[in-house]
Amino acid sequence: MSQFDFLQPKSRQIEIEQFDDRILTYVLEREQSFLTCISCGGCTATCSAGNLTSFNVRKIGLSLRRGNINDLSDEVQKCMFCGKCTLVCPRDINIRNVVLLIKKGIAQLETEKTL
Amino acid sequence: MEALLHRKIFRKNPVLGYMHMSLAFGWFLLIVVGHLETMIAEHSLFVPFHKAVFFRYYEGFDEFFLSGLFSFLMDFLLLFVLSGLMFAIVKRFRKKLFGLRRTTHLKSGDKIALTSLWLIFPLRLLAESTSAAVYHNGGFLTSGVGAAIDFIGNPAIFYYPLWMAYSLSLGFFFVALPNSRYMHIPTEVVFIFLRVAGIRLKKQNDSYTDVQVFSCSRCGICLDKCQLSVAGIDDSQSVYLLKNIRNKNLSDEKLFNCLMCGRCQVDCPVGIETIELRTVQRIESTREYNSSYDYLIQEVATKADVVYFAGCMTHLTPRVISSMKKIFATAEEDVWFMDEVKAPCCGRPLMLAGQYEAARKLIENNSRMILDSGAHTLVVSCPICYKVFKEDYKLPDVEVVFHAQYIYDLIHSGKLSVDTSNQRMVYHDPCELGRGMGMYETPRKLLGRIGEVVHMKDEKEYAFCCGGSLGNLKISEDKRKLLRDQALVTYEGFSPDILVTACPKCKKTFAAGRKLKVFDLAEIVAGAICVDSLSKEKEILEKQEADCYAVEGL
Ligand code: SF4
Ligand code: SF4
Ligand code: SF4
Ligand code: SF4
Ligand code: SF4
Repeated sequence: MSQFDFLQPKSRQIEIEQFDDRILTYVLEREQSFLTCISCGGCTATCSAGNLTSFNVRKIGLSLRRGNINDLSDEVQKCMFCGKCTLVCPRDINIRNVVLLIKKGIAQLETEKTL
Repeated sequence: MEALLHRKIFRKNPVLGYMHMSLAFGWFLLIVVGHLETMIAEHSLFVPFHKAVFFRYYEGFDEFFLSGLFSFLMDFLLLFVLSGLMFAIVKRFRKKLFGLRRTTHLKSGDKIALTSLWLIFPLRLLAESTSAAVYHNGGFLTSGVGAAIDFIGNPAIFYYPLWMAYSLSLGFFFVALPNSRYMHIPTEVVFIFLRVAGIRLKKQNDSYTDVQVFSCSRCGICLDKCQLSVAGIDDSQSVYLLKNIRNKNLSDEKLFNCLMCGRCQVDCPVGIETIELRTVQRIESTREYNSSYDYLIQEVATKADVVYFAGCMTHLTPRVISSMKKIFATAEEDVWFMDEVKAPCCGRPLMLAGQYEAARKLIENNSRMILDSGAHTLVVSCPICYKVFKEDYKLPDVEVVFHAQYIYDLIHSGKLSVDTSNQRMVYHDPCELGRGMGMYETPRKLLGRIGEVVHMKDEKEYAFCCGGSLGNLKISEDKRKLLRDQALVTYEGFSPDILVTACPKCKKTFAAGRKLKVFDLAEIVAGAICVDSLSKEKEILEKQEADCYAVEGL
């Protein structure tokens, strides 16, 4: 029966004790619009960087919410700041700022180990 | 000279210009003429500085060559300065009278300096007047006021205290100066000198950025121009940016909360490069996390005479792309549509975000593609791309042309002919194209061939930003809408048939707004192509079709 557990894949599990929400809080404090993301994927569909490589903006939001900082720091480097995503976003989310904040947040984590 | 006169303020606001001129230029002349006067009185070319400044104190009642004329001149200049001062005081308390909606907030260093500055000249007047009353050496003004003091009491009693107060206020002013907005007085002279000598800002902080930062007089003229205040943003404008850099407390929230529209730069009387300065700060702020984009691969280029780069933004306005295709086909140009399927962004949005190193990676990749194609012309239909291609790409033997210019040339050389109509159009100057690249006339000339372009007050370098600018990474969509509506309401006031712009981002932004119909100028041209030339296009399409059949053996 345990095979049918829908929490089997690692990607669907969140370890509450190890949940690292530092970047998430850093971003949310500064860009509230991100709260309203419905993960529709509109941004990913139009993304200039996503057209060239396996980059998925919507997933950045997911990793951010899951506190997956390692995944985040590589992924977020791929964005080109073109701004198409915000233009198509049904929730008017300022995605470029989210990306900028993640980049800044991670850089600060690395240098100071604090936020 | 320019530092003292500031013709730019005059052009914009004569009262304010007079105020600045009478204070700065008047004071300057007071010092110069005072010095001359002392030199003549002392019969010496070298007079101690304090003697010239406090001449009336030392002079006593000797008569000397031209002393009457000098007294008159000095009094006249003092009156000139005082009149300016009066305006300045009124302005502090009644800014509306000057057509200024806002004036800057002062910090304590400024307040000390401001108060002593205000006191210097009235005290000088009183001190010189008592001297005049005691020694009868005054001109028309000081003798008059001196007589009045004489009337109130014995001028000899006021004599020392007043001179003392005058010198104290002067002393206070110079002590407070380095810590106040009046620091711009010495710095600006250096700045203007350096600028005339051809020094330009680099992409990092250096002493020239400092000179610019300290040259700001905090006059607040930029504040008045900035559209952000319409959206209730009142702490990130250029004047505050400069203040924060000086005080070393600039936050990212303020640094990136600016449209980079350049409206503030147009009227800055000192000529501070507000946009470039902000860009430098953004580069410094994001230096540690530039992307490498090592996933970019070199695609194969197609040989052609002309390369068309639509850019990310144009891809969200497909009608602009189809219009460009129609224009290319009609003019029978040999074009390679470089980013039809995919291509990196041009790099300009990264630059606006300060990611200069990252942008260079995209620029290298795109440059190689363009050069490989062997084209002699690169056509772009987005001003955001245009600016970066023109300024930061090194493309020898390739001419970068904005679509407005390109289409205009096609019409001019007879490759394209357009019908005229009697449509009334308002043309919105995109910031990146207008203030950014100085292109104001070409789009108007092009549109003028098709319909009538309405003249407006807020156009060209005074044009509004649509609010959609990629330069601002912090502003919310709701606030952007307020900026957009400010522009749209103004345009609707001219009741045009349509609104035309030359930027896909502007088009997108405006199209989401009120009822006015918005078009890119490529669409206007494509819609006005004569039937004659159209039949040519049809021929080509038929030929292409025939070729296809031939290939497939049908
Ligand atoms: S388009 Fe907007 S709402 Fe949809 S996933 Fe992207 S950010 Fe979220
Ligand atoms: S700004 Fe970044 S995430 Fe958004 S569409 Fe452009 S490349 Fe993609
Ligand atoms: S930047 Fe220019 S316009 Fe703005 S306050 Fe300073 S001097 Fe005045
Ligand atoms: S560039 Fe535009 S938005 Fe930024 S401070 Fe100047 S006027 Fe305001
Ligand atoms: S979208 Fe157009 S008008 Fe708006 S800021 Fe950009 S270039 Fe300027």
